[in-house]
Parts: sequence; C-alpha cells; structure tokens
Amino acid sequence: MNKKTIISLVLVLVLAALASYLVVPSEHPEWLKRLLAWQPESARSLDFRLGLDLQGGLQVLMVADVSDQQALTAETMRAAAQIVEGRVNGLGLSEPVVQVQGTRRIIVELPGIADPEQAIDTIRDTALLEFVEPPAGAGDAALEPGRVVSTTYGLVEGGVVPPGTYTTVLIGDALDSAFSTIDDTSGQPMVIVRFKAADTQRFYEYTLNNIGRPLCMVLDKTILSCPTIRDAIPDGEAQISGGFTSEGAQQLAIQLRYGALPVPLKIESYRAIGPSLGALSVEKSIRAGVVGLVVVFLFMLIYYRLNGLAADLALALYVLLNLLFYKLLPVTMTLPGIAGFLLSAGMAVDANILVFERMKEELRHGRSLQRGAEAGFSRAWTSVRDSNLATLLTCAILWFFGNAFAASLVKGFALTLALGTLINMFTALVVTRTFVRLALGLLGEERLRRYPWLLGI
Amino acid sequence: MIDFVRNRRTYFILAGALVVLSVIGMLASYAVYGQLLRVGIDFKGGSLFSIRFTTDVSEETIREAFAAEGYSGTIVQQLGDPTDYSWQIRTSFATTDQVNAVLARLDESTVAVDRGNSVVDTVEASVGAEVARSAAQAVGVAALVVLAFIWFSFRRIPNPLRYGVASVVAMLINVIVAMGFYALMGFLQGWEADALFLTAILTVIGFSVQDIIVVFDRIRENIPRHRGEPFSLIVNRSIMETLHRSLATQLNAMFVMIAILLFGGDTLKPFIAVMLVGMLSETFTSMFVAVHIVGLWEERGRLRPARAS
Repeated sequence: MNKKTIISLVLVLVLAALASYLVVPSEHPEWLKRLLAWQPESARSLDFRLGLDLQGGLQVLMVADVSDQQALTAETMRAAAQIVEGRVNGLGLSEPVVQVQGTRRIIVELPGIADPEQAIDTIRDTALLEFVEPPAGAGDAALEPGRVVSTTYGLVEGGVVPPGTYTTVLIGDALDSAFSTIDDTSGQPMVIVRFKAADTQRFYEYTLNNIGRPLCMVLDKTILSCPTIRDAIPDGEAQISGGFTSEGAQQLAIQLRYGALPVPLKIESYRAIGPSLGALSVEKSIRAGVVGLVVVFLFMLIYYRLNGLAADLALALYVLLNLLFYKLLPVTMTLPGIAGFLLSAGMAVDANILVFERMKEELRHGRSLQRGAEAGFSRAWTSVRDSNLATLLTCAILWFFGNAFAASLVKGFALTLALGTLINMFTALVVTRTFVRLALGLLGEERLRRYPWLLGI
Repeated sequence: MIDFVRNRRTYFILAGALVVLSVIGMLASYAVYGQLLRVGIDFKGGSLFSIRFTTDVSEETIREAFAAEGYSGTIVQQLGDPTDYSWQIRTSFATTDQVNAVLARLDESTVAVDRGNSVVDTVEASVGAEVARSAAQAVGVAALVVLAFIWFSFRRIPNPLRYGVASVVAMLINVIVAMGFYALMGFLQGWEADALFLTAILTVIGFSVQDIIVVFDRIRENIPRHRGEPFSLIVNRSIMETLHRSLATQLNAMFVMIAILLFGGDTLKPFIAVMLVGMLSETFTSMFVAVHIVGLWEERGRLRPARAS
C-alpha cells in the first residue's frame, strides 16, 4: 500500500465525517451558516428545502395579458415580478418565490400557505393602474369611483375603438411614487403623486391642454378617483385633494403604489396542494428509498463480495454527498426530485459494475490482482465518461424544457439526476478505487488468491 | 459462447412485434379518446380536482355539486382504496373564483372536504398547447443530440454515423414502446400523460444511450484488438463481454424503481412505471437491436467491394 492510497483514504474519511456532520439534522452554529455566502442572506440555512408538493402550498403561473403583437421587454416583466413580490411578501411566508419565466410569464410559489384563496386574492390585487381621459361628453356618473370602464390600453393599435371607451394617457409604470399626507394650508388629507422624469413632459403637455377637465385613475378597469386638472403640472408632481378622509387618502396611495403594474397579468394555471398531503409523501418516499437502496447494497455485496463492500462504502458516501449538496446549494426537494435521486443512486453503482466486470476479465486473463484492479479502473473510464455525459445531456434538455414552463417538478428531477451523475463520477471511481486498493494492500495478493470467493470470481 | 448474431432475425422480429403492438395500442386510444395517448391537463388544459373526503361520499353527490356550478361534462373517478375517500374530478378550465365556488358548494353538500389532503390543478388550454409543442421539440432535440453525441464519440472508428443511426432507431423503439404501454394503461387505469410522463420518456432516452454506448465502446476497443476477425464475431464477443454489466446495472436500477412502485406514493406511480417499461425495452434494444443494426450494415458494406473485385 503506497502513500498515495493512505492520503486519499484520509481525505475520503474526512470528507465523509464532514458530510455526515452537516447532513445529520442537528443545531449547527450560526457562523457555519454565515459561510454559505452564495445563498441569499435572509435565508441561509442548513435545512432541506421542501418543494410545494412536499409541504403543500400554492403555485400560480401568470401571463402578461396583452395581445401578442405588443412587445414586452425583459425589464417590464422584471418590474412586474418585483411588484408581485412586494405583495406576496406582505403575506409573511418564509420562502416565497416570484420569478419571471420565459418572456411573458411570472411564476409565484407560496410554500406552506394555509389559505390559498386569500393568497390568490392578494396576488390578483396587483392590478393594472391607468390614468385615463373619460370619453367626450361623459356625465358625472361616468366619473363615479367603483365604476367599471373599458380603456384603450391593450387594444390593437389602429383598431376600432368602441364608443364610451376611456382613453389611456399614462399607465402605472410612469408612476414614480405615491403617498398620502396632510395639506399644510387647508389641513386636509391629500395624496401626492410623482411621475418618473421620462414621463414628466408628457404629463405636463397633457395637463396643459386639459385644464378644467377630469383625469381618472383606474385600477384594473375600476375607477379609483377622478380629480379635476386645475393647473398644468410642469414638474411631474401632482396633488390630489378634496373630500378625502385620512384613511381614504392612505388607501388610494397604497393602491397607486402597489397597483402600479407595468403590464396586466392573468392567472393562467395554478396548483393548490393541501399541506397534509406532503408529509405523507415524504414518509412514503423515505421508506421506498430505504428499501430500494438496501436491496442495491445487498446485491453489490453478494455479487461482488469484497469489491462490493468497497462499492457499498462509496455508495454510502454518494448518498451523503448528494444530501449535502441539496442542503448547500440549496436544491428544493420535490417528489420527482427524490425519485431522480434514488434512481441516480441505483444507477451510481453502474460505474462500479463496469470496473469490477473489467477487473474480473483481466484476472481471468492471468493478470495479478494489483494490475487487474488498476487495469479495470483505467479501461472502464471511457465507458463511464461517455455514458455519464449522455445522462448529463439529457438532464440539460429536461432542465430547459422544465424552465420554459415553470414545470418545477421536471426541473427538480433533472437537477437531482445531474448532480447525482457528477458526484457519482467521483465516488464510483476515486472513492471505490481507494477502498479497493486498501483491501488489496491490507489482505495482500497471496491471501486473496487463496480465497477467490472474496472477489466473486 | 452464445451466438447472438445468428439469432439476430428473432430479435428484430421481436422488436418489430413490440412496436406494432404499441402502435396498435395508440391507434386504439386514438379511436376511443381521439388521442394517441390520453393526455392530461398539462398538455390540453383544464382543471383537475383531487379531493379527499373525511367520510364516504357518493359519486352522484360530487357530480351534482359540480353540475350546480355549471360543470356538466365532468369525469368523476374514485382513487385508490374506497376507504381513502379520495376522488378525482376532471372539468374544463375553471378560474380561481370558479374553483372556490365549486369547493364551497361541495363542502356545503358533503361537509366532508378535507382541504389539507386535496389538490386542485388548473391549466389554461393555451399553455397546454404550448407545453405540448415544446414537449415534441424536446424529444426531437434529444434524438438529434444522441445522434450527434454518438457520431462524435465514435468518430475514430469506421462509419461512426451508422452507430449514431442505430442508436436513434433503438431509442425510437423504446419511446414507442413506452408510449404504447401508457396508451394501454390509459384504457386500464385512466392514466393521462403529463409533464412527468415526458420526463420519463426523456430519461429513458438518456439511459438507452448510456447502455448502447457501453456495448459500442467495447466494439470500438475490440476492432483493433481482433483485426481480421469477421465483424459479426467482434459484435458477438462485445455483447458477451458487456452482458454481465448490463444486467447487473439494470437490476440495480429496477430494484430502486420497484421499491418506489411498491412503497412510494400514488403520485409517482405512472412516472416510475413508464420509466421501468422504457428501461426494460432499452435493455433489450441496446443489446439485441442497436448492435445488430450496425452489424448488418457493416456486413453489407463489406460485401459490396468484395463483389466488385
């Protein structure tokens, strides 16, 4: 047994100890968690993250509700996602996910939510804000707050505008901020609206040409308020006053602020999973995993004897390292993700099997144990490399497919399978080789020759 | 040594029979359901209520609650053991408000809806169509990647393209067999293809490449070693030498899958089952079909110059 084997044995053992410490559920010191610099600061932890299907919750996929011709920039979608996120954060959940998917979709995942209806209402409340001009000759009734109206926004340009349609002047993304305050002179509550610099000129021109006429603020096609333009507004800062209670002013400001979605969103698909369902799934998956893996362990041990023991040790480390990466990265565990992991563990012994079969062949050709083992590892490498690359390519295709449609279940499976394949290259080759060399070194060529059953030849 | 090459014809006939049976299964499904496979809401849109009740509830009560909210063409099925009180109801696309209205009415008439153990899934038809389109693309891309990958891996031996084509043929057989199985289960168990079904298909594709590569890799190694041997003998030798490995590996993967089938939850059953069938088919095609396609092709290719001289 040479020095190299001993060094790699020590490294493998240290790695195993470290991984076990981190994987086994226990109280880990705070400074350890602080080392996880790549995880978002608020959510650094060494716990497994459970997906929606395992802890219950709500997944909502929303799509920009505009005609296909209307171009959407990535920035618009990001801004919309940010606003939705602001709303969702108000629900006080631990790990909500709000992400832009593809070019026109936003996915919202709310794990562990108790009341999906309330959550959907909250998300849906993030409505489209428009500043609209009432149709010519409209009476007072047309300006009543709460009235549902139709506007020109989202209509195909150049198309026929039905009579009675309100003309959209500006939409929510022109708004920089909105807040309620008390008018210094009159002591009345009022709302201050500030427009972005880019839209100030447009707002100025519009107000200049329409003094004395009403301008309506419409949230999700429902009139919030229709103040009259008293003066041209050159600096992009408008005051809305008159007839507000302080609560009313506050509410309007909040609606203007949070309702300032740059694009209207429509719920396209959603999935509400009862919270108790997940616990049962976790329990069942663990049982299935333990049974499956124990059979694999036994099979390797019985079929490949001493080599099988080395492979089993490597497989145990494989399981540990996978779990470690799930915690560190972190990987959100889903039911298909667990299946992918178990399957990859079952396939992980493939590399070992390739090597051991090769070893047997070399031994049958009359090589010494030492050289047979080394030849087994080096000759099997091309097969192992190529076949694992093929799996990684498949995972990449799955990942892209899953990503385009917020199919987080597909993504979970692809991720765990790919991660397993990579870790396996290490454990099946490096770790198993170390253990096989160790066994050969400890027992010696002579003794093993006398007991060929130990190698299953 | 078993003569695998001599039995080539038998393997091809067997593979052909599997493909024909699968296609018949899919055509039968098309005749009955209008789809080669029964597809779920992931691909065609609609709403799926998986509701657990706390007591026994009759199918009629469920149907009435849905009908009262305007859903007449619902498909109502009991899931698992009758004492689970689990039901699955498929309807056309329901908005969030409609879902809530239905659930409220159902709870009113049964007073037994266990929300904590229920799942509501709803997908608009337009997304479904888009998912279906890109699913087809994903399978197409996977086939091309396999072809390119094998062509590239075996670029140093004569006629690498033949290995690529043989792999893709084997892969397609596996995909067709897996789909045929699913079509059959659509009749027997009402299984519908969802995003996970596609995942299983793509995984089978990946694994089938993995197995084929191991055999091809051995052929690649044996060609220079046994120069002068007829190609059929090299093929036979390579199959023999990799047989143990293939069987041992497949067995291990199957242990895990069978364990999940037996002890895992119901949700994953169709997913794992179709993967298991794909894997069985893939073990067969990698050892007994792909290799022999290359063998047949190589022999034809060699005969021709011999005749010319």
